[in-house]
Amino acid sequence: MNLSNFGNLAIFSTLLITLFIIIYSIKFLNSKDEILLFPNKLIMLSLFQTTISITSFFSLLIGFIISDFSLLSVYQNSHTLKPIFYKISGTWGNHEGSMLLWINIMIIFAYLFIVNSRNAETKYRIFSLLAQNVLIFGFLFFLFANSNPFSLIFPIPKEGLGLNPILQDPALAIHPPLLYVGFVGSSIYFSAAIGSLLSNYKGKAFANSIKVWVMTSWIFQTLGITFGSIWAYYELGWGGFWFWDPVENASLMPWFVMTALFHSLLVLEKRETLYYWVIILCLLTFTLSVTGTFLVRSGILNSVHTFANDPSRGLYILIFLSIMIITSTIIFLNNFRREKYNFFINSKETFILSNNWFMMFYLGTVLIGTVYPIFTEVLNNLSISVGPPYYNSIIIPLLIPFLFLMAIGPQAKWIKNEFKKYINIIIILAISIFANLSISYLFGKMTVLSNLIIISSLFLISYTLIDLVNLIKRKIKFNIARIISHLGFGFLILSIGINYNFSLEKDFNLKVGDQKSFDDFNIRFISINLNEGANYKSIVGKFKITENSNLSEENLYPEIRIYNNSEMLTHEASIKSDLVKDLYLTMSNINRSDLYNIKFQKKPFMIFIWVSSIMICCGGIIRLIEKKK
Amino acid sequence: MSKKIGKYLLLALFFFILTIFFLALKNDPRYISNDLIGKKIQNFKFKKLNGNNENLSHNDINKTTLINFWASWCYPCRLEHKYLIKLKQNTNVKIIGINYKDDQENAQSFLQEFLNPYDLIGVDNDGVESVKFGIFGIPETFIVNGDKIILKKFIGPLNQKNYQEIINIINK
Repeated sequence: MNLSNFGNLAIFSTLLITLFIIIYSIKFLNSKDEILLFPNKLIMLSLFQTTISITSFFSLLIGFIISDFSLLSVYQNSHTLKPIFYKISGTWGNHEGSMLLWINIMIIFAYLFIVNSRNAETKYRIFSLLAQNVLIFGFLFFLFANSNPFSLIFPIPKEGLGLNPILQDPALAIHPPLLYVGFVGSSIYFSAAIGSLLSNYKGKAFANSIKVWVMTSWIFQTLGITFGSIWAYYELGWGGFWFWDPVENASLMPWFVMTALFHSLLVLEKRETLYYWVIILCLLTFTLSVTGTFLVRSGILNSVHTFANDPSRGLYILIFLSIMIITSTIIFLNNFRREKYNFFINSKETFILSNNWFMMFYLGTVLIGTVYPIFTEVLNNLSISVGPPYYNSIIIPLLIPFLFLMAIGPQAKWIKNEFKKYINIIIILAISIFANLSISYLFGKMTVLSNLIIISSLFLISYTLIDLVNLIKRKIKFNIARIISHLGFGFLILSIGINYNFSLEKDFNLKVGDQKSFDDFNIRFISINLNEGANYKSIVGKFKITENSNLSEENLYPEIRIYNNSEMLTHEASIKSDLVKDLYLTMSNINRSDLYNIKFQKKPFMIFIWVSSIMICCGGIIRLIEKKK
Repeated sequence: MSKKIGKYLLLALFFFILTIFFLALKNDPRYISNDLIGKKIQNFKFKKLNGNNENLSHNDINKTTLINFWASWCYPCRLEHKYLIKLKQNTNVKIIGINYKDDQENAQSFLQEFLNPYDLIGVDNDGVESVKFGIFGIPETFIVNGDKIILKKFIGPLNQKNYQEIINIINK
């Protein structure tokens, strides 16, 4: 039996088992006896389903590793000369393989959810499993009918087409699976929300059963976004890390909802209220994940992440998405009961809710910006693209109150809060303003808005730090996870603010031996060397960068790579990072002459951007470990 | 009452968005591009490769012309290239190449290696003009007569069959 037959058999078996789970779940739910114990049969089926689907994924992986070009997806995305690491990552670097990974995550999460929710009501667990398997069935059907990774090609080609060289980067290889675990993982609380509505399993108990999953998917989503940005920065060679590209937006939208969700869960856990809002957020996260997938895979939006587009794919996902939205809305409305909210305006609940309002505002902004071009295209036949100015001008001003509330909120008390220490707030604000002034003194002038952003992020950082010191002094048990995440967010905004305002960019032409001076820098083009890599040749330049003010010298080695199989050129940036700045240099040859075009950038605080993003994640990880204990 | 109106409004909005997405799928240029056949070329404006800010325009189409969208990074373009060369050698058709979203240096070395079949080469760095023109992916090839009317469009790499079709059209 060849790999294709084996893989197809595995997918087909998974499809059958999924169908069995659906049928058995319905049978159990319809039986007249009261169900007390969760049926073992369902757990066994679920385990079996997990095993078979993982097997199908591994057979595709093997296809990529041994370069089995009889598989269409291997032929289109791999090459024998590719390093083994990129052969492996090729498995999910294409539409078909990534859909198989998608289904695997849904199945694994379903199994883990069922095994880990032993304390929850049986009916709720069965309903959740049923909902999840209906989703799985939909995607499996799609995979089998339209996006089969085990499609054969005949005659068998001797060599594959190769993977686009800019996709050969470790950060790129890692970030898609991280993101998939994040937003596909959200399917489990979509299903749990449906299960909760249908079985009337509400309140704190429901919050408890999903919070681990919300946190897990949020951690992976955050990591995925971070690694995606790192890839864009180091590999794309544009010197930026966020471009408001539709695919980036598609990953950010579920992130906003996840963030809102785990904050609301705190309220549901403590005060047994906001249940329906939490349900809406649960449903919204996965809906947005599928919407994002629709936008990207159908090809109706242009982006740097182009998958081979196929409108029939888009149509299927759109139909699936509509059914998902309509069904979940009907279930929601049928089970909706009016909730009474009596929140005191100055209370922890209100502060947490304000986080949700901001998240929803950001979500709306990004959603509109992302889909707006589709509307103008269809309605007015006008192709436009919505760029950074739109997002920056709407999102940045609202970051200021958000950061302030994020600082003050966590100290507020549940039910009713009183501000006793206004003086503290004023002192911390004064410190932040002073620090901001020193920053603008050291680096140079900036706009009013930038000043306000930096002041508010400094306020968040210092307020959280002082809070931490106080809590340690008074030996009160405190939430270290929240402190780390909020601190991380403060540092993130601060470093992005400084980076945005004080980056330096120069573009000029040099010959070997020439030099160029500007601002504080002198750049000397020393030499050129030829190098041989695993599957490419490269021209490596040597540049000496001298900074006049502190007389420091750095050597940078940008490369032009020529890949053997595709004869494609990529320009690899050479980056020197230290604590306070990155020096970034790329070179490209001009018309095969002696002249090289040089792009030089100084980017302050880049390392801080990555470190603070990881810090935000660490908060989540600590919270998850605490919950497990 | 107002709640009901709200619900209906929400429903209407949902279906509106759904319709737009659905139409957007239909809008896929690969499906409407057949409409281009029989139309006269109007907005054809590309910068010339290596030209000092000179432009190609629809006035450059003054006899039967093949317009071919290509790039050095596009693997199928390599496959079809030999047919373009053959057309250049065996017929007197004018061939205009539009270099799509490419690195100019890569484009030059592509032509040096595989030879240059083009009479004129235009450049579309960001792909906007090409999409406006009506192409979806590359390679795509159009045959246009001297009156600038599109006779036929080929999606994907040209093959022997297409080559013969092109010869037939030219000989008509």
